[in-house]
Amino acid sequence: MNEPVFVAGTGIISAIGYTVAECLDALENGRAGMNRMQYLDSVHKQRLPVAEVKLSNDELAKLGNLTNIKSRTALLSLIAAKEALTNAGIENIKSLRCGFVSANSVGGMDKTENFFKNFLTHNNKGKLRNIINHECGSVTELVADALGIKDYITTISTACSSSANSIFFGARLIRNNIVDLVVAGGTDSLTKFTLNGFNTLMIVDEQFCQPFDENRRGLNLGEGAGYVVLVSEKVAATLKNKPQIILNGYCNANDAYHQTASSPDGTGSFLAMSGALKKSGLQPADIDYINLHGTGTQNNDIAEGTAIKRLFNGQYPKMSSTKTFTGHTLGASGGIEAVFSVLSLQHGIIYPNLRLQTPMADLPFVPEREFIKDVKVNHVLSNSFGFGGNCSSLIFSKY
Amino acid sequence: MYISATGNISPQKTFGHQPMLADTVVFTGNRLTAIEPDYKEFIEPKLIRRMSRIIRMGVAAAMECLQQANIKVPDAIITGTAYGCLEDTNSFLSKMVEFNEELLTPTAFIQSTHNTIGAQIGLMLQCNNYNNAFVHRGFSFESALLDGMMLLKEKDASNVLVGAIDEIINNSHSILNRLGLYKQGEVCNLDIYKSKTKGTIAGEGASFFLLSNTPTATDYAKLNALHTFYKPAGKTEIEQQVSSFLQNQHVSINDIDFIITGNNGDATGDEIYEALSKTVFANKKIISYKHLCGEYPTAAAFALWLAANTVKFGKPPAMIENNYSSEKKIQKVLIYNHYLGIHHSLYLLSAC
Repeated sequence: MNEPVFVAGTGIISAIGYTVAECLDALENGRAGMNRMQYLDSVHKQRLPVAEVKLSNDELAKLGNLTNIKSRTALLSLIAAKEALTNAGIENIKSLRCGFVSANSVGGMDKTENFFKNFLTHNNKGKLRNIINHECGSVTELVADALGIKDYITTISTACSSSANSIFFGARLIRNNIVDLVVAGGTDSLTKFTLNGFNTLMIVDEQFCQPFDENRRGLNLGEGAGYVVLVSEKVAATLKNKPQIILNGYCNANDAYHQTASSPDGTGSFLAMSGALKKSGLQPADIDYINLHGTGTQNNDIAEGTAIKRLFNGQYPKMSSTKTFTGHTLGASGGIEAVFSVLSLQHGIIYPNLRLQTPMADLPFVPEREFIKDVKVNHVLSNSFGFGGNCSSLIFSKY
Repeated sequence: MYISATGNISPQKTFGHQPMLADTVVFTGNRLTAIEPDYKEFIEPKLIRRMSRIIRMGVAAAMECLQQANIKVPDAIITGTAYGCLEDTNSFLSKMVEFNEELLTPTAFIQSTHNTIGAQIGLMLQCNNYNNAFVHRGFSFESALLDGMMLLKEKDASNVLVGAIDEIINNSHSILNRLGLYKQGEVCNLDIYKSKTKGTIAGEGASFFLLSNTPTATDYAKLNALHTFYKPAGKTEIEQQVSSFLQNQHVSINDIDFIITGNNGDATGDEIYEALSKTVFANKKIISYKHLCGEYPTAAAFALWLAANTVKFGKPPAMIENNYSSEKKIQKVLIYNHYLGIHHSLYLLSAC
């Protein structure tokens, strides 16, 4: 039940690149993905910058060779999941028991909101093909079917912590001998529903976001997908390029404070991080890098920061929020940031927390401002916290 | 592992302490509505007002379950819902479209996320433990249940609260109607199995279970195993899945006293149940349940509630079988359910 689970492959699509290599290049060169809204047709176009994947649905379909998939959420998912599987280099996945555990926050909402325009005029109006993949699980099935995975398929939706949960649920499926390989992560496309939802909460930044800055104003929404291929030790041993990274620890805890706000002392964040450390058998001092949840909202950053202050107590690892590049990709963020965490271990790199001007007065540490390479990274902690108090932390380690 | 308590809000009188009632609630039309309890016993009045209907149903079913088990704070809260909080989603979406993205308030958005029910339960209990939400169509509940069973096996929890919640709202009903899911014309829930027509009847409900590693004197049943399979190629594969499921549990079909199948009155969808009744389930006592709760992606949770009660009392609840008489107490129950022919699940329960 405690055998290591290896990361055999990674895949990503986000506002800073359509592949892992492109994202790495953007991270190294400090190229953020936020911009004026080009693809989402919202009245907030002029006012709210977003981190869009700069391709139309048709262009995405072309990129992925996917003529029959119309859902943007599914297109993003399939492109990243395919890259992860190709990267894993597993010759015959048909010989293995394979799972696909994905996450998203609003399923096919990008199409549903168009359907609703006509539907609201009369309930026999609106094209049914625009509503048929509304369910979160439908998006997952479109992708699972295209990948040819059917042994275990499921979808998790715990708001912004969704894909951290899908990754460690996937690892547990392997440890419980239900599957040998899991493609796990998450996807979300920008929708007016989400943009307006966050806008009513007044936590969307009208400028490019500044996580962990004293004068932070809120978050920028983004879109994308990120997946890891997890395999059992047995499968790992058969691979030509033997995987060197394991998912070493994980924990899901609940803040139990408020439906959308974090507790001031970051109870949930503290419990998630300390629980993941306990699971991995590591001490706080062993962590070399924290990929912060770091949304840029007043509330998240002080709660997360306070929890880190309490847990690491003076010995602070390097840390940064890569949401300064990708925006907050919601259901995809845990997946995207898991891939960044794995890349940090593989390449010995730490990402900058862009646009950090004035460090937060109440915190005794400052996130990294520059891209750092040739650094020893053995253990990375990745945080994902969400609405409903859902807090999850993952620890990836060199093996 | 053991099912030590349940809480079930459904279109039947399944909720609360009253003795299991014999009368089946009869519905005309293709939509079965859950019977809601007096929530005051379970939720503070000022919270009730803020909650939408599905949140109230989910929270009340969860609270009833925990009270029955005499557990204040479970080690995990895991929910399964295919559609999530439809009323809140519909409300925010409709206003957004109607007012062209202006004049919106956050309440409906905040409560529209799929983890709202589990989060609200956690909040009410001040429970900082594991909290997860599965949203995979006809596998939503089964995934939640598997998560709970794995947590118990991994010894990361000694008890887990697992529930299924789905609601019907007018707009979802009219959309699913247009997609051809439901029977048209006059229909009564008691007659769906003999109709031999296309479509089923819509249902909804909130069913919660407290699973535990350790037995107590008041347990309902042992939950021996759960298995799901996706888009099977046909009858042969389904029969193989059933056989290997039983084999893995070292159980023969002869040991099964009672089978609950997911027939929903849709002529095509019910063919497989009919076929299995002549092969792997031949000569077994088989009953159907969806005339009671209607069809919805997490309806198998209602079947699990039925099975747990059947095992606990050694005979099926009167609402499903009024004159059950058998010398032998029912010891082992098998559930086989499928949703739209895509999501198939098998459950095995036995007496404690």
